Amino acid sequence: MLRYTWKRILTGILSLFVLVTVTFFLVRLIPGSPFRQGGVSEQVVETIEQEYGLNEPVLTQYFSYIGNVLRGDLGVSYQDPATRVTEIIARAWPVTASIGITALAVSVLLGTGLGILRAVTKRRFVRELISAGGMLAAGIPGFAAAILLLLVFSVKLKWLPASGLLSPAHYILPVTALSLYPAAMIARLVGNTLDSELQKDYVLFARAKGIGKWQIIFTHALKNAYLPVLNYIGPASASLLTGSFVIESIFTIPGLGREFVGSITNRDYTLILGLTVFMGAVVIIVNLLTDLLCAWLDPQTRRAYKKAGDSAK
Amino acid sequence: MLRRIRQHWKNYIGNSRMALIGCTILGIWIVLAVAVPLFGPWSYSEQNAEIRNQGASLLHWFGTDRFGRDLFTRVWYGAGISLAVGIFSTLINGIIGVLYGAVSGYAGGRTDMALMRIADIIYAIPSMLYVILITLVMGAGVGSMILGLCVAGWISMARIARGEIIKLKETEYAYAARMEGISPLRILLKHLLPNAAGTIVVNMIFLVPQAIFTEAFLSFLGVGIAAPAASLGTIIQEARSQMMLYPYQMIFPLIVLCVMLLALNMAGTAVEQRVGQHSGKGTGNR
Repeated sequence: MLRYTWKRILTGILSLFVLVTVTFFLVRLIPGSPFRQGGVSEQVVETIEQEYGLNEPVLTQYFSYIGNVLRGDLGVSYQDPATRVTEIIARAWPVTASIGITALAVSVLLGTGLGILRAVTKRRFVRELISAGGMLAAGIPGFAAAILLLLVFSVKLKWLPASGLLSPAHYILPVTALSLYPAAMIARLVGNTLDSELQKDYVLFARAKGIGKWQIIFTHALKNAYLPVLNYIGPASASLLTGSFVIESIFTIPGLGREFVGSITNRDYTLILGLTVFMGAVVIIVNLLTDLLCAWLDPQTRRAYKKAGDSAK
Repeated sequence: MLRRIRQHWKNYIGNSRMALIGCTILGIWIVLAVAVPLFGPWSYSEQNAEIRNQGASLLHWFGTDRFGRDLFTRVWYGAGISLAVGIFSTLINGIIGVLYGAVSGYAGGRTDMALMRIADIIYAIPSMLYVILITLVMGAGVGSMILGLCVAGWISMARIARGEIIKLKETEYAYAARMEGISPLRILLKHLLPNAAGTIVVNMIFLVPQAIFTEAFLSFLGVGIAAPAASLGTIIQEARSQMMLYPYQMIFPLIVLCVMLLALNMAGTAVEQRVGQHSGKGTGNR
């Protein structure tokens, strides 16, 4: 088990390293200089590039960047040299995280609820409605849902605010748009697991003992649905984070996603680099934590790793 | 001929209403995406300042955009580009992924571990970030979009193919083939992969809407496919600045996109259920 943990952590660190390396070289390959805008003379560009160390060999730049990243320094923004990339992240990350965590909580609760309802209901209509709704929610891209919600609820009906993040009411539309897809996926996971679990002998036995339907579901069957859901949290966090790119620009929320889109349009190398590294790291770490948690919680995995030692995952 | 098609349909799809609806919509979408730009009276890129921002009419069924281009033609042209990106990237990802996974699973041992660790490392990084960076480096376009989608898109296929091959290589016919001295490559391609085809095809169908979704998402952000070419995402993005004044310019491409994704998901789910029933197990999303 310990060996698995170490190996998983090592993979995580390697992923981070690959992420930093690939991003660094790709960003250097982007055509066009961030300073060559608006008729700046060649001399000025050269001076600025010298100041940022951009005239040195790429490998030297790369190693000094790696060194800086290890020290927690992501450099300064090219477009706004007064601010450090870490300051921008410190400002924007709480905004994105607050929406993302709310959306994650909403989708886990809603998804689990709907999944249970789908599995236990005796009405075909309800079952099909949830399945169809799930397919609809999973099939429609988040940005499409966001635009439709915006057009209906803030432009036409004027019930909810369209932009900013000032009050709890501001959270409703972006969180809804973000959580549609993960909620649908979780509902499907929980529903499918419960469907197969409820057929099993232990459920029949529990019923024969006279345990109530709901108690069986909550204390016995649902336990088996935790793991798939927990496993899904990693991918879900990635989809929430990338989803924030469009959601934040549609609802004009000053979060990480909007900073990222802005940095792309401005060709702000260090900001693109820093934000990519940061967001990639968040996803890698969430994946790592959920994987480890799953392995610790799941007796089957635990046993398999104890027995096989280092069998591949 | 027709009877044979019906027979095949019954064999592979069964009589599922969902499959019928999904495939019918897809068929109509493909026909429109090919026919409208080719045979329609309007061009998708020609601008005409006299007919800017007109609503839907008999002449222009979806109205015109802010440059006076016929939106009906543009939307179907865009749908074609979106479908092409989805299908091509899926084919490439499918081929790379299946071969990688199959080799990894069949070889086993250290090779398997090394190959899968590499896949794990690439997979851990959100693929959207790669696609964005590659479109930035190579310039926005269909080619760089497909390349970007293929950097990490094959990994899920590789994992699925590997799982199937590991299961199948322990079967008796695989042992028999090995004892006859057939080369591993031949066993893999001729005996094992055809038996894994069901699961592989199901998962490949689901890659198509995923790729279309990613493409639309990026084009909507402005880093995907750019003028003169246009995908549905590009068209939706162009309409965004006048969303309040002319919402129809956004709603038509949105509906076409959503219906397309839904139809693909429906077809996929129907085939998934069929294959799942057939081999007595669900394939699921994991």
